[in-house]
Amino acid sequence: MNTIANGAPEAARVRELRYGGPATLSFYWSVRRELWENRSIYIAPLIVAAVELFGFVISTVGLPERRRAVLLLDPAKTRSAIEAPYDIAAVMLILTAFVVGLFYCLDALYGERRERSILFWKSLPVSDRTTVLSKTSVPLLVLPLVTFTVIVATQVVMMLWTSVLLITHGISPGSTWTYVPLIQNSFVLLYGLAAIALWHAPIYGWALLVSGLVRRATFLWAVLPLIATAVFEKITFNTSHFGELLKDRLLGFAPDAFAFGAHRGVAIDSLIQLTPVRYLSTPGLWLGLLFAAICVVLAIRLRRYRGPL
Amino acid sequence: MACIEARDLRKTFGTTVALDGINLRVEEGRILGIIGPNGAGKTTALNAILGLTSYQGELKVLGHDPWGARNLLMRDVSFIADVAVLPRWIRVSHLLDYVAGVHPRFDRAKAENFLARTTIKRTSKVRELSKGMVAQLHLAVVMAIDARLLVLDEPTLGLDILYRKQFYGCLLNDYFDRSRTIVVTTHQVEEVQDVLTDLMFIDRGRIVLQCSMEEFESRYIEVLVNPGQLAAAHALKPIHERPVFGRTVLLFDGVDRDQLAALGDVRRPSIADLFVAVMSAPSSRCPGTPAPQADEIGAPK
Repeated sequence: MNTIANGAPEAARVRELRYGGPATLSFYWSVRRELWENRSIYIAPLIVAAVELFGFVISTVGLPERRRAVLLLDPAKTRSAIEAPYDIAAVMLILTAFVVGLFYCLDALYGERRERSILFWKSLPVSDRTTVLSKTSVPLLVLPLVTFTVIVATQVVMMLWTSVLLITHGISPGSTWTYVPLIQNSFVLLYGLAAIALWHAPIYGWALLVSGLVRRATFLWAVLPLIATAVFEKITFNTSHFGELLKDRLLGFAPDAFAFGAHRGVAIDSLIQLTPVRYLSTPGLWLGLLFAAICVVLAIRLRRYRGPL
Repeated sequence: MACIEARDLRKTFGTTVALDGINLRVEEGRILGIIGPNGAGKTTALNAILGLTSYQGELKVLGHDPWGARNLLMRDVSFIADVAVLPRWIRVSHLLDYVAGVHPRFDRAKAENFLARTTIKRTSKVRELSKGMVAQLHLAVVMAIDARLLVLDEPTLGLDILYRKQFYGCLLNDYFDRSRTIVVTTHQVEEVQDVLTDLMFIDRGRIVLQCSMEEFESRYIEVLVNPGQLAAAHALKPIHERPVFGRTVLLFDGVDRDQLAALGDVRRPSIADLFVAVMSAPSSRCPGTPAPQADEIGAPK
């Protein structure tokens, strides 16, 4: 008709080309959007790390004397004693990430309906699939990476603090750096975080589905049916397979993902103890992933029907 | 190509019939106002057009099936469904970042220009803005999207009169360019009367009136009847009657203007007056005796 009418779609097409694939771009921005909304994803681990460091600094009062005593023990015990605070710090942060991820998922498809902003999100050319997948990626990808970064940073600060303390007391900090192999630990940590994320995927998937399904009290709806099932089974059949299943879903990744040494409990001293092949051939892993996939697909379908509460 | 085309559009919620066979064709470049009482099916109709709800019947919006391809449709369609649906936690700058990121037809500079005319700060969060400012922000975002269809569902509800005037002013002066199509529902009928090109009344899921504003102007005439000529006026079958300061105002449908001019002061009716006339006295009922509203609207659903 006129130049403006013809020029506008042309310009839009050029913009589209410059942006690359719209789906990947939408996904990227949707994940960033989640981080803007849910700052607990990185603030909670940072707070826990700060508390850990504070506690660690207090615990190092009198460290030089204790270190001298510890070094007189046999090497395995020495290692355990020196490594312990680093392991505790890591475990606490992994636990934090799990709790954050769980509550994130329980709110992910519920909050937008509660605050009616789903009407705004749906006015943009972002598919329900992209939206739900971006939310799924938070507990499965974003949180493990945040956790990894925070744990490594925390451990580095702990090691630097210990080193400074030991040096000022005339002790070589070498023992810390030998018994806490940072690079190897980081690798083990990365593997462990991936194993945990995959193992917990059905928990997050279930939480996401419930958050898209119910009109209130997402936590109760997510948890009560599980408890009810377990109680029903116990009363009816006097068995507790379902309870065992739930317990296995929380912690069952460990015996398959790692080969623990007989003498040192759950400590991982060497990369040989990582057993990814055995882990990937565990039926429980794949059944869990299948369940997670079903939950996510249902959540995507569900969001199509969902409006403000 | 028609922008919106609906044939026998139906939607029920349980036993409630929200849309009862809507037939609709909206050409490009029109500004259609959908007016109806609460619960008439306006929002359901808009939701169907926007792909937010499923439906029976045939519906094409810009060539797309809205329910099947919402995300594709939303490249060409913008909507403001209700006031204050912007997420309360988001920062203004982040909102612009996000829309610029996901919407290929969003012109960020344009949005910034609109915002520059307001007092909205980029660093503010939506929850810190007043209701009017949130509406301004949403409008700025929507106007910066080069869409072919804009759907507004009660976009100014609860805003004060200054914001409302400004809202429609912006829409007409800075957005509408005769190639876009706008569909709007509102209860503030007076404010859109001079904005619309087409008018539709909807009640209990059915279209009860559909005309262009030119038709509206030529078809419907209101007469402030001279005291002595009431009987003569009634003989022309007015569709509605209301008393004003001791005199009677009659609303006529399709009666010759010159004929009416002889009976009193002829004037253009407001959409609100026609709405009341159509809703309270369907053509089947004896004209001039407004039925109680509750009869019509509060009918069992």
